[in-house]
Amino acid sequence: MTMKIRNRRLSALAAATLVASLALTACGSDDDGGNESGSGDGGGNTTVTFLPKNLGNPYFDTSSAGGKEAVEEFGGTFDEVGPDTASPDAQVQFINTAAQQGVNALVVSANDPEAICDALNEARDAGTTVVTFDSDTNPECRDLFVNQASAEGIAKAQVDLIAEQIGDAGEIAVLSAAANATNQNAWIKLMEEELAANHPDIELVDTVYGDDDDQTSFDKTAALLQSHPNLKGIVSPTTVGIAAAARYLSTSEYKGKVALTGLGTPNQMREYVKDGTVTAFALWNPGDLGYLAAFAAKALVDGDISGEEGDTFEAGKLGEFTVDADGTVLLGDPFVFDKSNIDDFDF
Amino acid sequence: MSTATLDRPDDRAARAYPAYSRPLWRRVLLTREFAVIALLVAVYSYSYANVPNFDGPLTLYYLFLDIAPILLIALPMTLVIITGEIDLSVASVMGLSSALVGVLHADAGWSLLAAALAAIVVGAVCGAFNGFLVAYVGLPSLAVTIGTLALYRGIAQGLLGTKAITDFPDRWTDLAKERIFGDGSSYPMILIPFVVLLVLFAWLLHFSSFGRGVYEIGLNDEAAHFSGVDVERTKLLLFVLAGAVSAFAGIYFTLRFGSARGDNANGLELQVIAAVLLGGVSIFGGRGALHGVVAGVVLIGVISSAMRLEQQTVNKINIVIGALLVLSVISTTLLGWAQAFLSRRGRGATTSSGPSTNER
Repeated sequence: MTMKIRNRRLSALAAATLVASLALTACGSDDDGGNESGSGDGGGNTTVTFLPKNLGNPYFDTSSAGGKEAVEEFGGTFDEVGPDTASPDAQVQFINTAAQQGVNALVVSANDPEAICDALNEARDAGTTVVTFDSDTNPECRDLFVNQASAEGIAKAQVDLIAEQIGDAGEIAVLSAAANATNQNAWIKLMEEELAANHPDIELVDTVYGDDDDQTSFDKTAALLQSHPNLKGIVSPTTVGIAAAARYLSTSEYKGKVALTGLGTPNQMREYVKDGTVTAFALWNPGDLGYLAAFAAKALVDGDISGEEGDTFEAGKLGEFTVDADGTVLLGDPFVFDKSNIDDFDF
Repeated sequence: MSTATLDRPDDRAARAYPAYSRPLWRRVLLTREFAVIALLVAVYSYSYANVPNFDGPLTLYYLFLDIAPILLIALPMTLVIITGEIDLSVASVMGLSSALVGVLHADAGWSLLAAALAAIVVGAVCGAFNGFLVAYVGLPSLAVTIGTLALYRGIAQGLLGTKAITDFPDRWTDLAKERIFGDGSSYPMILIPFVVLLVLFAWLLHFSSFGRGVYEIGLNDEAAHFSGVDVERTKLLLFVLAGAVSAFAGIYFTLRFGSARGDNANGLELQVIAAVLLGGVSIFGGRGALHGVVAGVVLIGVISSAMRLEQQTVNKINIVIGALLVLSVISTTLLGWAQAFLSRRGRGATTSSGPSTNER
């Protein structure tokens, strides 16, 4: 019994020493890095912190790389922080930390339009400029939103691509996501208007729904080709749909005869672009998106713009941008990926 | 003569209580709990002096807001673990209560207070279900609460799907972030219910016969049973408390972020258990104290906060906290070996001066 008690006493002491040495070395070794970054008072040195939805996501790796390039161009300090999983409460802790550090600008892709609002406003009260990109919050919680693409731009880019690929005449069909997906339906409607106005020889014969499920989209593509033997092209404005359709086409007799385009990511589409199934498809360039967001943040911090409609600012290699209604800046037309540039991207 | 013979056994009996054989200051200071508190003071002072912006006015405020759910749930969790059981479903109960408050308030139109009370009742029922299976059916709590971890989380996500409910009245969401002593103070309002619960749980564990029963059960539940402790009822009650407090933490979580989601507080149970163990509670039951646990929770909070200010990623923070936890758990074993080694050497040197009274 006494033995046990003595053990306990000694172990408490030694536990303290062991654990203390661990914690102190852990913090100590990082100290140098920490002192350089973080403080927002370095005159003229704009500190910009990127907070994507989560880390380890190739899409956001690309956007942060773009942001870093921009920050280095204008001579500021770049930092990227973020949670492992895309949850709003985890993001709040990083927003709080940015407020404590007093960074000049925080560039956020919001995991929830409402949940991180109060934290963002607290950071703004503490003097931090907040720019959202990719995924917006409620307008009253940020200074500016950098929008990747407008619905009109997305619709027009896809119609232009398919028209070019099928020689501006013939039957086409749309492979969408879910039948009630708001953004998909808005794009399809705008595509129909664009076709009617500028491409009278193209006929949209069918719209099918793959529910953003790989197998369903695959089966719907097969059915579409059987029921419309004269089909010349398919437009799939969803990344899941276009990849599934490409997978079907690449092993079928229709490969190279039926054109396919839409919205896809380079990593999913690379092999189909290289084997000739797909000539070109569209999406925005997340690198440019991050680049523009960083310059927008810089312009706000320097007081060049206030986020009012009609304000204009320079964004390095991307040129001049104008702030639209509700404090949004549009990146521009979707980016077209084809054989010549697809290897430059990894997301 | 009779007085002399009576005196001596009395004297010896007094020495037979080894826990009280040392002076008070050593009994209070040389404990596991105090080691954690000392470590907390060391890490805090180090961070205060060396981590940029750690001395800012917002640090403590955000720190308390962040760790409040863990502080709250750690209280009943300490008691559960001291009985030798564990409750892994606490974070799922938080998620369920969050989803429930959202659905009842936004979809069914209940007032927030009514929805919150209903969520706490449901939390208590969830806990009672765990407690019934563990105490009365006699299933291992690890298996039961892994099951209910999935079950309650499933119900929470079933209630809300992937959507989030965010339209809560400002009055309530502001209350979750209110400061106690007005603007500029570092202490958020949530500390008030925490302190009330802390006093309650400290009394329950350390100053009541119920609490002595809790330790008894952890040391040996059969012996506890034979010495008159109602083992089943005690365990059931502890799980009910864990459920109810988790539901309360879930409501706080919902209001703090203004967002009710089925996946709220996912994985928080591990942080709670880590903090409790770091605070000196034995995972085998029978040992632990609340002041150590509170220090353990705050220690984890301070380390996370300081490392975030140092721009460290979540992974590195998890590595440090995980290593700390493993070290604190294995330190008992390591020190047992060290002690055995030292006493063997020490005994070799001192045998000539007479047999040690410490030998069993």
